[in-house]
Amino acid sequence: MLHIINRSPFTDSALESCLNTATGGDILLIEDAVYAATAGSAAADKLRAAMGRFKIYVLMPDIEARGMAGSLIEGVSPVDYGGFVDLTASNKTCQSWL
Amino acid sequence: MSDVKKFMFVNRKAPYGTIYALEALEVVLITAAFDQDVSLAFMDDGVYQLKKGQQTKGIETKNFSPAYRALEDYDIEKLYVEKESMEARGLTEADLLVDVTLFSRAEMGALMDEQDVILSF
Repeated sequence: MLHIINRSPFTDSALESCLNTATGGDILLIEDAVYAATAGSAAADKLRAAMGRFKIYVLMPDIEARGMAGSLIEGVSPVDYGGFVDLTASNKTCQSWL
Repeated sequence: MSDVKKFMFVNRKAPYGTIYALEALEVVLITAAFDQDVSLAFMDDGVYQLKKGQQTKGIETKNFSPAYRALEDYDIEKLYVEKESMEARGLTEADLLVDVTLFSRAEMGALMDEQDVILSF
């Protein structure tokens, strides 16, 4: 399953709920959720801990817009909009954690 | 004239994900035209508004971050950033695109008490 998260980890529990609930699969961070995958952010540790169960992707245009491209943590795979589409196609189901 | 009021704009949202940061900036510039005593506070995700190196071409949205550098041309020079919010996000002063004053949470609270008007975004 593909889990899509678009809220900042500092203002919303979407990422945390996803990590605590979902059994595994792909996680794609978009919009304000990309801050979770930046070095030094409090959420980065939680993301790292989940890397065994999940493959984590981050939407690069959203990272670049926020000036955080240089801070992306290791183990996270950058994708562009085409990669976003591929992820929705390669997963049987898709859940947006709004 | 003693009708100059102390205005503070409190910015707590990240840019682009919502419209708040851009709207706050618009209102700040309007307020500047009325010769008021304007302060900007950045805390929580609002500190991300001042991050250097924003490139918004990929999301086809206007990059409004250069406008923060233009604020001093409008005599808006009081920019306060909360230390704790920066630390929680792995940011340092060197990551910011303008000169700011770093304030602790307690100092920020005290500054809020001095204001006549507070607008929160």
